[in-house]
Amino acid sequence: MDSAEPILSLKGIGKSFYGNRVLADVSFDVGAGEIIGLVGENGAGKSTLMKILFGMPVISETGGFEGSIFFNGKEARFKTPFDALDAGIGMVHQEFSLIPGFTTTENILLNRESLNRSVLVDIFGPRISTLDRAAMESRAKSAIDKLGVTLDPNMLIKEMPVGHKQFTEIARELCRENVKLIVLDEPTAVLTESEAEVLLSTLRLLASEGIAIIFISHRLREVVELCDRVVVLRDGHKIEDFPAKGSSTKQIASLMVGRSMEAQAKIDAASAARTIQNGSDAGETVLSIENLWVDMPGETVRNVNLSIKKGEIFGIGGLAGQGKLGIPNGIMGLSPAGGSVVLNGMPVALNAPRAALERNMAFVSEDRRGVGLLLDEGIDWNIAFTAMQVQNKFLKPILGGLFLWRSDAAMSNLAEEYIKLLEIKCTGPGQRAGNLSGGNQQKVCLAKAFALRPDVLFVSEPTRGIDIGAKHLVLDTLKKYNREYGTTIVMVSSELEELRSVCDRIAIVYEGRIEGILPHTAPIEDFGILMAGADRDEAPVALVGGN
Amino acid sequence: MDSMKRFAADFGLPRIIITLYLFALFLAAPFVGVNLPASISDTLIRIGMNGIMVLALVPMIQSGCGLNFGLSLGVIAGLLGATISIEMGFVGAWGFVAAILISQAFGAVFGYGYGKLLNRVKGGEMMIATYVGFSSVMIMSIAWLILPFKDPTMIWGYGGTGLRTTISVEGFWRHILDDFLVIQIGENFKFPTGAILVFAVMSFLIWVFFHLKIGTAITAVGSNPTYARASGINIDRMRIVSVMMSTMLGALGIIVFQQSFGFIQLYEGPLYMAFPAVAAILIGGAGVNKATLTNVFIGAALYQGILTMTPSIFNAVLKVDMSDVIRIIVSNGMILYALTRKTKVAK
Repeated sequence: MDSAEPILSLKGIGKSFYGNRVLADVSFDVGAGEIIGLVGENGAGKSTLMKILFGMPVISETGGFEGSIFFNGKEARFKTPFDALDAGIGMVHQEFSLIPGFTTTENILLNRESLNRSVLVDIFGPRISTLDRAAMESRAKSAIDKLGVTLDPNMLIKEMPVGHKQFTEIARELCRENVKLIVLDEPTAVLTESEAEVLLSTLRLLASEGIAIIFISHRLREVVELCDRVVVLRDGHKIEDFPAKGSSTKQIASLMVGRSMEAQAKIDAASAARTIQNGSDAGETVLSIENLWVDMPGETVRNVNLSIKKGEIFGIGGLAGQGKLGIPNGIMGLSPAGGSVVLNGMPVALNAPRAALERNMAFVSEDRRGVGLLLDEGIDWNIAFTAMQVQNKFLKPILGGLFLWRSDAAMSNLAEEYIKLLEIKCTGPGQRAGNLSGGNQQKVCLAKAFALRPDVLFVSEPTRGIDIGAKHLVLDTLKKYNREYGTTIVMVSSELEELRSVCDRIAIVYEGRIEGILPHTAPIEDFGILMAGADRDEAPVALVGGN
Repeated sequence: MDSMKRFAADFGLPRIIITLYLFALFLAAPFVGVNLPASISDTLIRIGMNGIMVLALVPMIQSGCGLNFGLSLGVIAGLLGATISIEMGFVGAWGFVAAILISQAFGAVFGYGYGKLLNRVKGGEMMIATYVGFSSVMIMSIAWLILPFKDPTMIWGYGGTGLRTTISVEGFWRHILDDFLVIQIGENFKFPTGAILVFAVMSFLIWVFFHLKIGTAITAVGSNPTYARASGINIDRMRIVSVMMSTMLGALGIIVFQQSFGFIQLYEGPLYMAFPAVAAILIGGAGVNKATLTNVFIGAALYQGILTMTPSIFNAVLKVDMSDVIRIIVSNGMILYALTRKTKVAK
């Protein structure tokens, strides 16, 4: 359905946040009635691109963007999302933005209600007018009809199944008179398979009426099935723009995660070296996880079975929201969990952080500032506190052990030691953790875990939001620690490259389950397929280390 | 200049202004006919009277429960201790000790329940605490009438039942601390050694407590509860311990206050007991989540100094009694200032 004049045309879009480039020279066109699939790993720049398109304030607040957007033939530079809406761009967010206590109709027509005229309105202005319910209902109905689904216009949102909520969102966007382009961000993520099917056919119907659609999804099968063209973003660059017909999920997956040859060679060299070090990795099982479920908001773990060997660095990867972060948080008792976790042959009590810590497990949380640090206390407190409370270190008994007196000197010495070891840039052990940079805060979090001398160390997103220098140091420290103390490390990360350069085996989590475990040497395409939810009809990926 | 600026930032501009204001008051005193030694003595006595109540706020601030606006609950425990001690016929030092012991038992029980309640309203502690304070005072207003007290020094002369609104402790333990090892210099200056000593000892015990393992854990809970939980700390238990400590210290504080003041004030007496203490610790520079003993000392000294000096100087100059008006403006203004500052710190 290519038309001569594209509805939307992006030319050379680029954006950097505080000197950190997230988008560079992205250009593509969207024609009327065309469905574009926009795919890419987390952090590839998809959402930034959509924020730019929508004129979200965060973009202009951080210095605007490069390149230009042409919408409907005219150059468009939306200052606020309202401008974008007025111009005819609709957006359906991943999280519903609906009012639960309102009906379908009220939600669809929120702030665009049909009003009754009356004398009072002439006197006091439009704010006093009453709603024309009948007209509203018919408008809502016509929008719903366009979708080709049945929704009760008088049903309350909170009583609806998830799929209907999603349709309500789309109907709301359609209901605007001039809508020409709809952006859907992960619309099927919360839907069941049959609901997703209906949604896809609805989208086809809309496209046939001339509305352009940008479809963002991690479900590559849907992208291939639905879209006319696929645009692949990786590290802020547009990698490919090709017709979806005839492409395979595998092809898209490898484009999504593929790295430059150089980086690949580096990883291969690094992993080859490591294979020699850990030559005998047929060690005994230290931690076995069976039927683990974790109720962590946004990172639900449904059923995870894993066995982790003594002395290995085990990686857990997967896309955001698939549940990889839930695994360590559940085992360490920070999120409600169930199932069985056995450490060294003895079961670990779940939902009790203290029990996990007492079994010599430690956790470096992905939420540094929220969970990992006492921002208002000094580095010494931050590093020593957990070891003090759990293992009674840095305490002096007084009055024959009746009281345990905190030894500030011992804590300070410990902090000095780690400041030197991890090259923490600070003014001294007493500096407030809140005043450190992200990288140095992460080092403090690692030091806190090291101070516990754990048998099993969980590290979650260790390099998120820190600069390259600190990244290397953090990863090297983990490797060194693993080698020197034989500590088993379980590392959870969204960065596949990082996992491949550090870990021995890598499990990929998809929809709360382990989709597969691969050796770090496995080709990157295989990881990509697992991350996108391997199509179970296709040939199974070779698995190593049973689970 | 730079070091001065840093000093101003560290010590806090409002506190500098208040300190200068207080000095100005002391300097002005002799010129308007106010007796300086007597004023200083009054200030010291008031610090001794109120110090422990200010100290009582520290544990809850440190555990992240905020300012204890429900200190009245501790005060009520203290009132129960005092009245029951008198009812049981104890006099002198024994009466004072008995009052403290009984009040501590009540304080522990009240504090436990209060702590349980505050654990259910995390994030809204200060508002709930205010209501706990007010409602407990009102419940006790009924209780004072119907509790079976018999001692004729305490019950209404007519009717013969129900406690009086104010009960004199003269003949029981009035000034028992103020006069303990008292240092009298000249006619007008008196150093209340006993009361100051008790305040110092309690402060030392609190200092020790926050250097113990459990005190460290409580501080961490106040600093970042999620961090503390991830470190295996039972947050709720730590918070209850802090609330119990605060309530028990409040009970002790009011008994020390009564021995100096000379009266037990029942019914609505405890209603506004929390506010002066809160104002004092905030003047001392404490935040909503962090308080040190230095904050307590500086705060108690500055606040009580102003409260003693301002009315006497102003009354002498203006010949109008404004003492209560000024007291209310200063204390509530200080609370307001500190609560607006809270958002800045939290950021």
